This record gives sequence, C-alpha cells and structure tokens, in this order.
Amino acid sequence: MSDAKQYDVVVIGSGPGGLAAAISAKKTGADRVLIIERDVEPGGILLQCIHNGFGVEVFKQDLPGPAYAQRFIDEAFQVGVEFMLDTMVLEITRERRITAVSRKHGFVELQARAVVLAMGCRERTRAQIRLPGYRPAGVYTAGTAQRWVNVEGYMPGKRFVILGSGDIGMIMARRLTYEGAKVERVLEVMPYLSGLTRNYVQCLLDNDIELQLRHTVRRILGKNRVEAVEAVAVDEQMNYIPGTEEIIPCDTLLLSVGLIPENELSRQAGVAIDPITGGPFVDDSFQTSVPGIFSAGNVVHVYDLVDWVTEAGLTAGKSAARLVRSGLAAGDGPALPLKAGENVRYVVPHTLRPDHLADGDIRVQLRVRQPLERPVWVELRSGDKLLHRKGEPYARPGEMITLPVRPNLMDELKAAGELTVAVVAR
Amino acid sequence: MKSYDVIIIGGGVVGCMTARALSRYRLDVLLIEKESDIGMGASSANSAIIHAGHDPIPGTLKAEMNRLGNPMWDQLSRDLDIPFKRTGAYVVAVGPEEQAALEGLLQRGRENRVECEIISGEEMRRREPKVNPEVSGALYTPTAGLVDTFAACLAPLENAVMNGVEVMTETEFQGFIRSGRQITGIHTNRGDIACRWVINAAGVHSDEVMHLAGEREDFHITPRKGEYLILDGAEFKLDNILFPVPSAVSKGILVLGSTHGNVVVGPNSVADPDKEDTAVTPAGLEEVWSGARKLVPELNPRAVIAVFAGLRATGNAPTRAPGVTYSHDFIIEIAQEVDGLINLAGIESPGLTSAPAIAERVVELLRGAGETMQEKPDWNPIRRARPRFSQLSRQEQAELVRRDPRYGRVVCRCETVTEGEIVAEIHAPVPARTYDAIKRRTWTGTGRCQGAFDLPRVVDILSRELGIPVTEVTKKGRGSAFLVRPTKEVEA
Repeated sequence: MSDAKQYDVVVIGSGPGGLAAAISAKKTGADRVLIIERDVEPGGILLQCIHNGFGVEVFKQDLPGPAYAQRFIDEAFQVGVEFMLDTMVLEITRERRITAVSRKHGFVELQARAVVLAMGCRERTRAQIRLPGYRPAGVYTAGTAQRWVNVEGYMPGKRFVILGSGDIGMIMARRLTYEGAKVERVLEVMPYLSGLTRNYVQCLLDNDIELQLRHTVRRILGKNRVEAVEAVAVDEQMNYIPGTEEIIPCDTLLLSVGLIPENELSRQAGVAIDPITGGPFVDDSFQTSVPGIFSAGNVVHVYDLVDWVTEAGLTAGKSAARLVRSGLAAGDGPALPLKAGENVRYVVPHTLRPDHLADGDIRVQLRVRQPLERPVWVELRSGDKLLHRKGEPYARPGEMITLPVRPNLMDELKAAGELTVAVVAR
Repeated sequence: MKSYDVIIIGGGVVGCMTARALSRYRLDVLLIEKESDIGMGASSANSAIIHAGHDPIPGTLKAEMNRLGNPMWDQLSRDLDIPFKRTGAYVVAVGPEEQAALEGLLQRGRENRVECEIISGEEMRRREPKVNPEVSGALYTPTAGLVDTFAACLAPLENAVMNGVEVMTETEFQGFIRSGRQITGIHTNRGDIACRWVINAAGVHSDEVMHLAGEREDFHITPRKGEYLILDGAEFKLDNILFPVPSAVSKGILVLGSTHGNVVVGPNSVADPDKEDTAVTPAGLEEVWSGARKLVPELNPRAVIAVFAGLRATGNAPTRAPGVTYSHDFIIEIAQEVDGLINLAGIESPGLTSAPAIAERVVELLRGAGETMQEKPDWNPIRRARPRFSQLSRQEQAELVRRDPRYGRVVCRCETVTEGEIVAEIHAPVPARTYDAIKRRTWTGTGRCQGAFDLPRVVDILSRELGIPVTEVTKKGRGSAFLVRPTKEVEA
C-alpha cells in the first residue's frame, strides 16, 4: 500500500461536474486523469433523470438526463480519461493522497497532483425537518423514489403526498402520475415555489396536481406503512394555524425539501466550507482553500440547471490541469473578495481574480433571499461604485441568477476593492 | 406440539439476558418476540446509560438490581463484544435550589452504596467546557457508563443461540395452557407450544400477560413516553453524560455523547396509555430541546439528524421491603396464582443496567423452585461481534477486503457500511430480515442522509440473500413493505 499510484488529476464523482472536469483536464494537457465513481456506471444522478430539460444551454438541445450524460461519458473515454467504478473514496488528505475501496480493486491508495471534488449533493431528509409521527415504511426522499421508479422499475406507493416543491419532487409527481399512481397534493411551507417555474407548469399544472403554498405536514399517520398525513397551514412566522389541519389519506410521503452539497470528504481534506452554501469557498477557477484541491458542480452550491454544472466542471478541470502543468497556484494577480449584498443569499465564486478575465468571461452566480416579481437589476459593485449590471424580468429564490463578468471590466476591477453583488428592483 | 422447559416472552434486554443466563444450564429454552426483530421496544429506545445507581430509593428492587447489575457490565461487554465504556456521569445543578438538591442525591447515593461526590461549578466547567456557564455544582458518579443498547440485546441472545436457545420472531403470545395450577404451554399466533415454565419479560405488555394467569390483577403498566433527538457527531461533539437535577417522576432531560460518537438529547416524560405509541410530537421535541439547552446552551439545531421515542414500562408495584414507601418498583418473582410463571415486570429505568442481574435472579428463582439447574459442560460464554468496517484500521480494512471482496463495496456512505457487513447480519445466529434490523445492527442509514442513498441498495441485498421478491422486503415486518409493484403493471 505504500507505493501509491500517481495521477495528474483525480476527479471524485462521475456526474456532469466530474465528467466535464475530467474531460477538460485531459484536453488542457493533464497526463493521467482518473475518475473515481461509487456507482457501477458513470453518469451520477443524471442516470435516473429520464425526463428531458437537459442541455438547453450547452447543446441548445433538449435532452433526457441519461442522453446528456452519455455525450460526456463517450467523450471522456475518447480523450482517455481512466475510470475506477463501483469504488468508494474513504479519505482524501490535504496532500491529495486518496484512499478508496471497491469490490473489484480492493483497497486502493493513490497520489494526485490535483483533485477535483465532484461528489454532488444529497437530499435533505425527514429528520432535518424534524417531522413528527411514527416511522413507518412509505416516507422516502423524492430522489430515492426516482431511482426505484426510473432505474429499478418498481413503484414505491399508490397514493402520494409530496412535501416540498423542489424540482425532483415536482418531476416525480408527473412521473408517478404517468405510472398510474395518484398524487394527492404537493405542499410547500414557503409562500413561493422552491423549484423552477417550468417544472411547476409542466409537471403539476399539466397533470392537475394541486400545489398548496404555506402548508406543511404536521404529522405522519400509520405505524407500519403510511396511512395518511396531517397537513396544516402556517403563518408568516411558520407557526401552525389552528383549525386548518387536514388529514390526507395516502400510502407514501415523498420529501423534496431541498438539497445539500455533499462535503464530508472535503472537510476531511481540510477544505473550508461556506455555511450558507454548504459547499467549499472557491475562487473563480473553483480552487478551494486547500491548494491543488478544486471542486465543481453541486458539491459547491446547488444548481438548478445541469448545464451550469457542466460549465463549472469544465472550468475546474482546466484550472486543475494548468496547475499540474505549470505549477501555477491559484493564479496571477490578487484576488478580490466577492460578497453577497442586498437581497442576495449567497454568491459564487467567493473570490475573483481580474487577471483571469484574460481567458474570457467569469460567471458569477447567485440566489436571492426574497422573491421580487418585477424587473430587477443584478448589480456588481465596489463600495458605492456600480461596475456592471444586468436586467432580469424577476428574481426568485428557486432560480439561480447568472451574471457574466466580461473581460472589458478587467482594468476597472483591478482598481477595485471588495466586490458586492446586489439584486434590486428596477 | 414442540415442547420446551422454558419459554421467554419478549426479546427485549431482559428477555435476551435471561435467555443467555439460562443457556448455561441443561434446559430447552425458546424466546418468542411478537415483532419482526428483537430489541424493538424500550430496550433500544432509551438513553443507553449504565446507571451508577445513586438515584433509586434505597431498599427498592430498583436500587438492589442497579447495584448488582452495574459492575456486571465490564465482564459482559468483554465476553459478548458489547460496545461499552465507563464514562462516569454528572448531575448538573444550576442555581441555589438545585445546588441544595445535590446534597440529598449524595446522601441517597451513599445509602445505595454508590461511589459519588459533589464537585464545584468551576470543576464541572473544566471537565466539560460546553456545560451551561451558570452551573453551580455537580454530583459526579464515576461508575456510570454508556452501552450500545441494541448490542446489549443482540449479543446475549446470539450467545444464547450459540448455546442452544431457540428464537421465534413475529410470534405473539395469546394465552396460557394450563393443567390445574400448572402452566403446560402457551397459545401463539403460530400455534400452541408446550413448556413447563414461562418467563414474562413482555415489557409494556407484561401486566396483560400476568393478568391472563390471574396474577396481580391490580398491577398495571402506564407507559411514559420519552422523546429524543440525535445530533450528528461530526457537527457537535460531547464526551460526557450530563443529567439535570431530577424531578419526582424522571431523571430529566439529559445530554450525552453516545458510544457511537453522536450526541443524544432527551428524554421528556409523557404519560401515555397507548402501549404502542412511539410517535414523536412537535411539543415533545420542543420540550426536549429547551431542556437540553439548559444543560448545554450551544446545542445547534442544524446538527439534528434523527428523532425517536421510547416507552418506559412504568408499573405500579409497591416495594415489598418493610419500611420503604415506593410504588413503581420492579416485579421479579414467581407467580402466586399459578405454577410455572416468573414475572419480570415494570422494568423501566434502571432496567437496562439491571438486566444482567435480573437474569441471574431468574436462575436463583428457578433453582429455589426445585429445578436442578445442571450446567452444560460445553457452555461457551464468548460471543464475538462481526467486523464493522468503519471501526477497523486501514490495514485491517484492507485485510478484510482481501479475504472477502464484499467488504469492499460501501453501501451506506455516511456510516461507511459495506455489503459484506450487511450480508453477514442476514445470515447471523439471530438473523436480520428487515431493513430496520439491518439498520439497528450496522448503523446503515443512520447518518446524515438517513438512508436516502442506501435504501434501494439494501432492499436489493435483502431480496437476493433471503430469496424473496423486492416487493416483499419490509422495513419492520408484516405490513411495512417498501415497494408495491413493478412499474407498468398498472392495476385495472
């Protein structure tokens, strides 16, 4: 075990972020590039996303998840990316030594010159929203149900209530309806949708599935299998409103209450984590606080479009390969901190190097705190000075906003101090 | 009709420890459990503490069994591979009123012949920096400890099975078969089974069982529900057991670092006549949370990963010792109204601590009743736990994977549980046949993602190893299947 195998770039995870990172690392000139994937085949969660809606930005084509993944899988093999499948990474050190284990390869130790973390995200669960009641069969995350229905070919229930208006939940509402199940209701505790509007229209409206905002599940009934849930309305302070309780008979409760970046390995490696995003602090090349460790995709912050995950992977892979080839660390000139300003919950990247604009646009991405249902400006400021702004027809917490920073801003940015991004009404 | 010398009703910690104690002797023993797995009741849903024994009223069976049971855990944990550590515990006082109450507890502890001392608030803060800074003092009991509660049921029962005891799950006691005063067998949902002795270790149902024999009609169990929250050990660490100053009915809401590294807070105490009601309530969780924050103010709600509730089998048996006034004591005795029945009832806290002593008391009771209790020459007291991948060194892990590649496939990523471990549990002496049974044995699905990742994978493994369709794999036995049908087979 002492003579660890050497790689230029090791990518953890073969979802869209990992695949893109490996391909771009290879194309940028990294020699040996390896993807370690815990599942038996590459593709990540895309493999269970058999609905369309993938690739509109990258390919200008509307593809199902597996087809989108396959394009990158094919390309990865073509350019010579190596794969280690059905293999779980147990540990990554600050020095980029990787310990992994699998049925086929046994116990493996590897040394990487650069690492790209692309573990994606996981779903929030019942405990994290502290749902009271018994613990019967029939309470699943929307993603678990999606795997059962789309990959394994089994139905986890007949009558469903879905808690949370996340995208996977709404997509599963449609899928389950197509498979002959009855979806009684989608409940959302917030006064606004948490997923994309297009999913609300295509999945819920088109299938006559009712969405109740400001409602949640108060209790689960049934001891061995779910028999019903008790729904209740909540006020602005999220308190239950007495008298609004309603028993909805069902045999399954799906949870679509949000996603959390999956960063246990990152923490082990000493990577600093932003408590707001749940993902690593990154610069615009997606390098984390640990030199040589990059991260890309939903492991950094939860995206709503796969296309942006791919773009982030491409950037991270390219940066990792450059580091390996030239030995250049995080970049050239000084990094400016980029902070969330008015009505912005978070912004990624956390720092920005104006010199990197020499390579083209830097994509700044953010989510707002509160919905603004009217035209807004997305503004990049340095102190009181407005550097750049972009109009959007509205701003919703469920929909990520992208603000491209153009190369022509390089000189102005070089003269700037701390940057903030704000979203304000026009 | 199959015939046994002894049938034990109930696969909780008392039943399992009793099975193991009896397995030492030339007796045919059967343990029946109505649920799909052992240890599904109060035995596994509690605070996991091996109590020092300062708390029970002196002169009660609770005090006696606690005193006898506590020191037995060192040997037991070694012989049976039960995770156990003697951590010591603190009763933490905040303010002059509580500080004064510590003196009373110290007195009681000394009467119970339990090692204890009062330490200053400053000393308490030094030993546990996360404690409420307003702490005024604490009672320290060095002999208290923590145990893996499910292992405390499984390990002795596996050892019992190794020594010839039989186990039947999903087998519900329905009544006694008698010949005059003598019990000759029991009715169950799986038919009648003959025996000479019945040991009633039926937990919250132990009153109903004895009433069917006409015994102690005035004894009733009124369960008290205790709700708990579990915090992710990766988010919040604590190395001590902290009790508040107790109330009249319970030891209060405590905060402790479990043997597994997570932090457990709870329980509250809610009288609940429903003996199967282990539902967690919003009000209960709120009560637990605010109680726990009193001991450790910096507890972080974002670190909560699970909630659960257990039922204490609180009885109304008065203590029989003269001069002791107490009305919630254990019952550990041979029945008066029939021959062939031993009742172990009202075993609430400190029942887990006491269980090995109660089991030995059963042996004495049988001997006293004229059983010869001949020892088996080949009785093997040693049971080894199966390997837990996540707890091995890297070298041991590598060795295990070399020996059996199934240990190289990680099925539960948060707790790093491998396929090899799951398969081993399915084919163990007390086999795991449901998802929850796997979960209790391996900690699969107990981490941050709470099973979202592993569930479909474990269902597949159970289906394959048990040779049943995936639609018949259950969470916890009958009526709890996960999947209803293959897709495309839409009902008419």
